[in-house]
Amino acid sequence: MVDPIPLTAEPALAIRDLRVSYGANPVLDGVTASLARGAMTAIIGPNGAGKSTLLKAALGLIPTTGGTALAFGKPVAQALPRIAYVPQRAAVDWDFPARALDVVLMGMYRRTGLLSRIGKAETAAAMDCLSRLGMADFATRQIGALSGGQQQRVFLARALAQGAELYLLDEPFAGVDAATEAAIVTLLKALRDEGRSIIAVHHDLSTVSAYFDRVLLLNRRTIAEGPVASTFRQEAVARTYGNQIATAIPA
Amino acid sequence: MLADFWGAEFVPLTLPPLVIATLAALTCALPGNFLILRRQAMLGDAMSHVVLPGIVAAYLLTGSAATPVMLAGAMAAAALSALMIEGIRRLAGTDAGVAMGITFTTLFAAGVLLLEQSGASSVHLDVEHALYGNLEGLIWFDATGWASLLDPVALAGLPPEVAGLALVLTIVAGAMWLVWRPLVMSTFDEGFARTVGIPVTLLSAGLVGLTALAAVAAFSAVGSILTIAMLICPPATARLMTDNLPAQVRLSLIFAVASAILGTLIAGYLPPLIGLPGTVSASGMIAVVSGSFLALAAVLGPHRRPRSA
Repeated sequence: MVDPIPLTAEPALAIRDLRVSYGANPVLDGVTASLARGAMTAIIGPNGAGKSTLLKAALGLIPTTGGTALAFGKPVAQALPRIAYVPQRAAVDWDFPARALDVVLMGMYRRTGLLSRIGKAETAAAMDCLSRLGMADFATRQIGALSGGQQQRVFLARALAQGAELYLLDEPFAGVDAATEAAIVTLLKALRDEGRSIIAVHHDLSTVSAYFDRVLLLNRRTIAEGPVASTFRQEAVARTYGNQIATAIPA
Repeated sequence: MLADFWGAEFVPLTLPPLVIATLAALTCALPGNFLILRRQAMLGDAMSHVVLPGIVAAYLLTGSAATPVMLAGAMAAAALSALMIEGIRRLAGTDAGVAMGITFTTLFAAGVLLLEQSGASSVHLDVEHALYGNLEGLIWFDATGWASLLDPVALAGLPPEVAGLALVLTIVAGAMWLVWRPLVMSTFDEGFARTVGIPVTLLSAGLVGLTALAAVAAFSAVGSILTIAMLICPPATARLMTDNLPAQVRLSLIFAVASAILGTLIAGYLPPLIGLPGTVSASGMIAVVSGSFLALAAVLGPHRRPRSA
C-alpha cells in the first residue's frame, strides 16, 4: 500500500532545533532529531521531558518559539494528510455522547469531507478497523461504557481508518490491560511491516527492546537517537533520566 | 374561558408570543447542545448578558432601534467580550470561568447604567423589558381571528420579531447542519480534529458567533437574564435522556418547544383559572418550566452518570 522506500528517502519526521516554552520555562530547548521511515521509534524520557509536547509541537498543535518539523521532507502542515495522530486517551472527554463506530468514522473525515455524509462503504471500512483491534462487537457501544483498554483500541482503530503513512501516538499503552497492549503492538508491527512509520511516546522501559526498532532519548533536548540495540544503553538512559534508574538496562 | 381561549382574543394576543417564544427557544437550543458538551455553558451566559450593552450602545450611536442595528451592536459587544475574556485570562493568568465572570458582569452592569442614564429607556428600551423580556407586549394588532393567518394584509402587521426570529433560526440551523461533522469532531477531540484539517479555532469562534446571534434573537422575547435558560436547559435535559448526539439535539428541540408553549400558556391562563388577579411573566414561566424539565430528568433520566473526576 505504501511505496517502497527509495534509497534517498527523506526521514518520516525531521525535527530541527524545535523550541517550546510555557511562560518562561523552556519545555523543548532546541530538539533536533531525524526519525527513520518504516521503523517503530519510541520517544523515551522522564516526566516533564517534553515527550508529548514534542509530538504536539511537531504537528503544529501548540505554538513554538523556534525550529522546524518536516514530515517526508515537507512542512508538517502540508504532510498532515499522510499522518495519523493518536492523542493521550485522557485528553478527551469519554462521556461524550458517541458510539465506538462514530469515533472510528472520524478517521475518514478527509475522505468524506464537509458535505458528503457517511455511507455504507465508510461504515464497512470503519467496522474493518474495529475488527482488526478485536472491537467489532463493541461498535455500537457508548464510548463511556468501554474500559480504558477498549477506549485506546477505538483510538487506534480511528488512526487505522485514516490510512496514514506516519503514526504519531502519545502513550498508547498508558493504563491499558495486557490484552490491549498485545493487540496494539501486533497492529503497529503489522503497519511497520507494510512500510509505514510509527513514532510513540513510551513510558515502560522494560518493553522498549521488545516493541521498538529505534529510540529517541529526550529530556528537553535530544540525548541520543538511534537503533535500540546501540542507543538504548545504561549510560545514555541514565543521562536522560538524570541517573535515577539504570539497573535493568544492559551496560 | 374556553371560548376566550379559542376565540378572537387568542390569535392577536397569545399566538404571537407563543410563536416568538418557540422560535427563540429553538434558536437557542441548537448551539446550546455544543456549549454543554464543551463545558462552555458559562460562555452562553456571558453572551446573553453582553447583548444588552451592545444593543444600548448601538441605539445611542445610531438613534435607530431597527433589528440589523441591534444585531450589529450585539455582535460587536460579543466580539469585544470574547477579546476581554481572552485578554484577562492571559494577562491576569486566571482561568476562563473567572475571566468570563468579570467580563460579563462588568459589561452587563455598564449596559444597565447606560440604559438608565441615557434617553434610551424612555424612547424604546426599558430596563425591565431588557432584563426579563417583553413577550406579552408582542401583539398582532391586525388579527381578528384564525382567518387572519390567511389574510396577507393582516399578516403584514405581524410583530417584526416573528420574521426576524424565523430568519435567525434558519441561519443558525443551516450553519449547524453545514458544519455538523467538523463541529462534533472538534468538540470531542480538538487536537485530532486539527490534524485532519478542521479549522478548530474558526469553528469555536463560529459557535460563539451563533450563540451571540441566538442570544440577540432571544433578547426581544425573554430578555437578557432568562436567555441562559433557553440556551442551556433544553440541551442539558436532553443530555440526561440519551447517549446519542443526534437524538440529544432532537430531544433538546422538543423540550425547547414544550417549555416555550407550556410556559407561555401557563403564564397567561393559569393565574385567572385559579382565581389570581392578572397574569405572570411568560419568560419567567418558560424558564421555570425548562428548569422543571431539567429537574425531572436529573431525577428520572436514564443517562445520569456520576462524573468520574
